[in-house]
Amino acid sequence: MNWQAVVSIYRYEMARFFRTLAQSFISPVISTSLYFVVFGTAIGSRIDQVEGVSYGAFIVPGLIMLSVMTQALSNASFGIYFPKFIGTIFELLSAPVSFLEIVLGYVGAAATKALFIGVVILATSALFVDLVIMHPLAMLLFLVLTCVSFALFGFIIGIWAKNFEQLQLIPLLVVTPLVFLGGAFYSISMLPPAWQIITKFNPVVYLISGFRWSFFGVADVPIATSLFAIGGFTALCLAVIWWIFKTGWRIRQ
Amino acid sequence: MAMVSIRNLRKVYEGGFEALKDVSLDIEAGEILALLGPNGAGKTTLISAVCGITLPTEGSIEVGGHDVIEDYRAARNLIGLVPQEINLEPFEKVINTVRFSRGLFGKPRNDAFIEQVLRKLSLWDKRNARVMELSGGMKRRVLIAKALSHEPRVLFLDEPTAGVDVELRRDMWETVAELKRDGVTIILTTHYIEEAEAIADRVGVINSGRILLVEEKAALMARMGQKELRVDLVDPLTEVPASLAQYNLELTNDGQGLVYTFDAKADRTGIGRLMAALPDAGLKVCDVNTSQSSLEDIFVGLVNAQEQQEGAA
Repeated sequence: MNWQAVVSIYRYEMARFFRTLAQSFISPVISTSLYFVVFGTAIGSRIDQVEGVSYGAFIVPGLIMLSVMTQALSNASFGIYFPKFIGTIFELLSAPVSFLEIVLGYVGAAATKALFIGVVILATSALFVDLVIMHPLAMLLFLVLTCVSFALFGFIIGIWAKNFEQLQLIPLLVVTPLVFLGGAFYSISMLPPAWQIITKFNPVVYLISGFRWSFFGVADVPIATSLFAIGGFTALCLAVIWWIFKTGWRIRQ
Repeated sequence: MAMVSIRNLRKVYEGGFEALKDVSLDIEAGEILALLGPNGAGKTTLISAVCGITLPTEGSIEVGGHDVIEDYRAARNLIGLVPQEINLEPFEKVINTVRFSRGLFGKPRNDAFIEQVLRKLSLWDKRNARVMELSGGMKRRVLIAKALSHEPRVLFLDEPTAGVDVELRRDMWETVAELKRDGVTIILTTHYIEEAEAIADRVGVINSGRILLVEEKAALMARMGQKELRVDLVDPLTEVPASLAQYNLELTNDGQGLVYTFDAKADRTGIGRLMAALPDAGLKVCDVNTSQSSLEDIFVGLVNAQEQQEGAA
């Protein structure tokens, strides 16, 4: 293993993040505050409680998931797409590094950034609502797994994308709707029965449900199913990346 | 043993374009090889295949005895690459991008060495500047610094002086000469003949995916170099006098000069006889000079011959 290379890629990517630290920090804080003002205060004042939790607190796990997923995805996809776009990828291809090392560096950095933003949102939320985390370790596990799996997914998108439009396509057209419809702002039980069934096909439901369970001890779906879903998604992404590694698809002609 | 050994290399791109057709080439440790060829000849593809940027369709490549596919870590550890395009992250500081390259190649951080490299390339003062603030020539030096940052034993320079001013070009040649003194093997591609002439030990000519020839530069020039004798006349002519027909003379456009082409290495160059024949033909000579044909003439001759051959086939 060329650990030196993994650390170099990781540091280099993190340096980009720290260069724009203010933006990275301020934008999630502002958007979280907006969500609290709009959903928590304006709408939440008309909703008493959801599954025994105040509405303001209820949306916190969903809000964190929403940001963490989109951030992990966009950071990882941009991280590997940018060198392809400006041509600096030649250096990665000609260096004595394996694909695993490249993935560790880029995905590790993207997941770290997403985790950082998740923690910032959690801290901001604590300013607005009383938060109790019933299973802190499970919460951390779900958070880290989501960061890693969506960073892996983003890495695949970055390799696949041939232009900036394609880079935006999957996050905008697939991931954002799935997250919004995945129970970020409501409980599945609030939906009409037919929609409850359709919703079960949305993988994000399982992630948000499991993450919410770690906060409040209540979930839309069994916790084991949630763990299985996120584990399966991570394994799927790893398999695709392994295939990319074997074939050199879209990176090595 | 050759430092770089390429055997029967073929590269067909996805669209079906055959960029390299059965290329075999050995590059000795410590030499400077210049690969000359027109645009699209296959120079960059050849380098990309050695460095791991493209996968060969057929054939094998070894660097320092390590197969570039099977044993890519050991092979690539030895290689530095300066690409043709200026591919640099614009927002990054010079020193960070150079340090990054060293780390990527698995070398521990060594600030003293990086400083030495940057000083050698006159980049030390610019170390904290962002890449986008630099001039084109400076950016090219950053690419070289990145390639040297991990102490390669083989350095590929793909068109290193394209779009670079004369002074910087001389500096670059000086840097290359210094690296050679340190025992680094250097392969450079160029279409500036004078560059190959100035710094190479051996010259390879590549066109349409084939290596047409690889030879010692001096031997090549001696073997293929022809000399020209130009005689300036006092009174202009309209045609070459019949008595001088056997010398195959060419009349210059203004009619003021005659050009005689001869082989400098031949036993009888024919110069003496020609000079004696001129007064007999009634011509008054006012000046004489000789010149040796350059690599450029040799190169153009080779490429044209190949194109005619392939056109006929």
